[in-house]
Amino acid sequence: MHEQEKIFQEESRIKATDLEHRRKINYSLMQSDIAFQKGKNVFPGLESARKRAKNIKWETIEHLNKYLLEFEKKFTERGGKVIWAENPQQALDAVLQICKQKQAKSVVKSKSMVTEEIHLNPFLSRHGIEVVETDLGEYIQQLSGEAPYHMVAPSMHKSREEVALLFHEKLNAPPGLAPEELTLFTRQLLRQKYVEADIGITGVNFLLADIGAVAVTENEGNARLCTSFPKTHIAITGIEKILPSVSDLALFWPLLATHGSGQQVTVYNTIFSGAKKENEPDGPEDMYVILLDNGRTNILADVTARESLFCIRCGACLNVCPVFKNIGGHTYKATYGGPIGSVITPYLSGLKSYKHLSYASSLCGACTQVCPVHINLHELLLYNRNKSVKAHFGSRSEKLGWLLWKKACLSRAMMNMTNGRIKNFMIKLLFRKSWGDNRSLPDFAPKTFNELWKATGQ
Amino acid sequence: MHVSLFIPCFVDQLYPQTAFNMIKVLKKAGCTVHYNAEQTCCGQPAYNAGYWDECRSVAEKFVRDFSENEYIVAPSGSCIGFVRNYYGKVLENNGHEKEMHHQQLPVYEFTEFLTTVLNVEDLGAEFKASAVYHDACGALRECGIKDAPRKLLRHVKGLQLIEAPDCEVCCGFGGTFAVKFEPISIGMGEQKVLNAIEMGAEYIISTDLSCLLHLDGYIRKHKLALKTIHIADVLSATLA
Repeated sequence: MHEQEKIFQEESRIKATDLEHRRKINYSLMQSDIAFQKGKNVFPGLESARKRAKNIKWETIEHLNKYLLEFEKKFTERGGKVIWAENPQQALDAVLQICKQKQAKSVVKSKSMVTEEIHLNPFLSRHGIEVVETDLGEYIQQLSGEAPYHMVAPSMHKSREEVALLFHEKLNAPPGLAPEELTLFTRQLLRQKYVEADIGITGVNFLLADIGAVAVTENEGNARLCTSFPKTHIAITGIEKILPSVSDLALFWPLLATHGSGQQVTVYNTIFSGAKKENEPDGPEDMYVILLDNGRTNILADVTARESLFCIRCGACLNVCPVFKNIGGHTYKATYGGPIGSVITPYLSGLKSYKHLSYASSLCGACTQVCPVHINLHELLLYNRNKSVKAHFGSRSEKLGWLLWKKACLSRAMMNMTNGRIKNFMIKLLFRKSWGDNRSLPDFAPKTFNELWKATGQ
Repeated sequence: MHVSLFIPCFVDQLYPQTAFNMIKVLKKAGCTVHYNAEQTCCGQPAYNAGYWDECRSVAEKFVRDFSENEYIVAPSGSCIGFVRNYYGKVLENNGHEKEMHHQQLPVYEFTEFLTTVLNVEDLGAEFKASAVYHDACGALRECGIKDAPRKLLRHVKGLQLIEAPDCEVCCGFGGTFAVKFEPISIGMGEQKVLNAIEMGAEYIISTDLSCLLHLDGYIRKHKLALKTIHIADVLSATLA
């Protein structure tokens, strides 16, 4: 067993048997579901909206080079700077270079999974630059020294009491603050950070090719503050986040909002088209967009897996996933958890190390059913399993097992061999350990249906 | 109506009585049944494990065994869903012209066949108990079966059918998933079972014995006051 899988197995056992964790996650995801069920009614025909969204993403990803170059051209024409990064190191180096150039001491950040992917915060800290997360959930995670638990709701696994205690311990906040008080406390603290920061870093929800701009969606207004006070704005994004036109937002904004949080539309939606112009009163003096590959072109090169690049990171597949509900977001040991993470992580971080994620699914299909851009998530997990078998990552005993299975299934006589008692004995021998102590094994019938049917002479 | 029986491998081996009960119901609904005694498995286990070549050989046999039938009926949404939705991929470019007609295989899950082909809902069954219905993932999401079993169960005398809020949540079986990731699988199964008990159910009814096998394993091990039963067993109750 690969080291990564061992860790996954151990942690999933701990989480799946932690009843307090189960209670919190079930409660939290039930709230998400109630909001989603209500929110999705904003679409008179959700199914056609999903199909249209999938078609738009298909067209974009099939012509990714064209749209990215169009974005670059339009954005640079207005003075913005585009940086292409093949891997995390190139992206980090680019950020550091900008920081050095601007003599930056402090950075404020809005929520961005791509910056998690490249581990930006510890990198900047190592170089003596203070980084402050300004999304409340992300700020909580930063204070706890934990990665985000969920791509949309980073601290959903923490109760309000736990957060109050954390703020008391780390920030000397009065003990036992209520959520509203915690928010107010954070606001006062962060306002100062926005004013002092030299650089604001944001993620990107959508890159808009036709107007050469980036769209950022958020609920707290913190991304706007991150891009208003600091003199420099750096937006970091994966190359797949592109849409052909600003007008596509009419579909994608509500799709993202409903599937992400059950809202009809998210509270703050901002389109950044570059640095401040001469006649404009505010905004940063410089704006950079870093376009990150980091394995996405591996996905692009695979015709079947390609559709996983359609993902808009709404998190809906996590919310409905029974595996996610049982093991939580940290057990995956990957930037992106849940079904979409299990699909793409092998391409971003290596199939050999992360193939187990494709198998860690009951294939219930709830993810595929909910995905707003119609990614066949559970079929892609199956596809990755087959890739893993083709790459000979399966054990020798597993290969032998399936060969024997094939032989038995090709011969009715073999399936009728021996009797139920002997089969029960064999099954116990093979599966007693892996079936575990919490379930009884099923009992074979003394005779198969096939034998019984023949005996009745029908 | 002439029906060809497809008895999935694990039903054949573990639950022959349910297959006979399905036959009883089909006969009561006016069908004559045929069973090709050469049949074995649809191939899904190997496909789900990533062993697509092994699956293909078995799927080709399935197509040969069922090539000349009008209605193929099985007590399993999972196996039917696999033949219906995945055989196209499994058998593509396999060079066998005959096998290329796989998509025309007229396969039906048992309750789907009763309600949509035979248009039968009341089979005169009687079953005195309270039960939750579990939407098996294969039936619900691969075959789109939601109302069929409920329509049939509503006509069962004495049966108090409870709609559980988690009726569409997976039971945690998932084939090899159940053994490869035992703690997660148990966590999922445990919640289904405990929720059913909390709803006051005496039984969990489903179209798929694979789910019920898993849930029953948990129930028996923990000696809980709950039973699992296949819908064919319910619909055949009190039938001679």
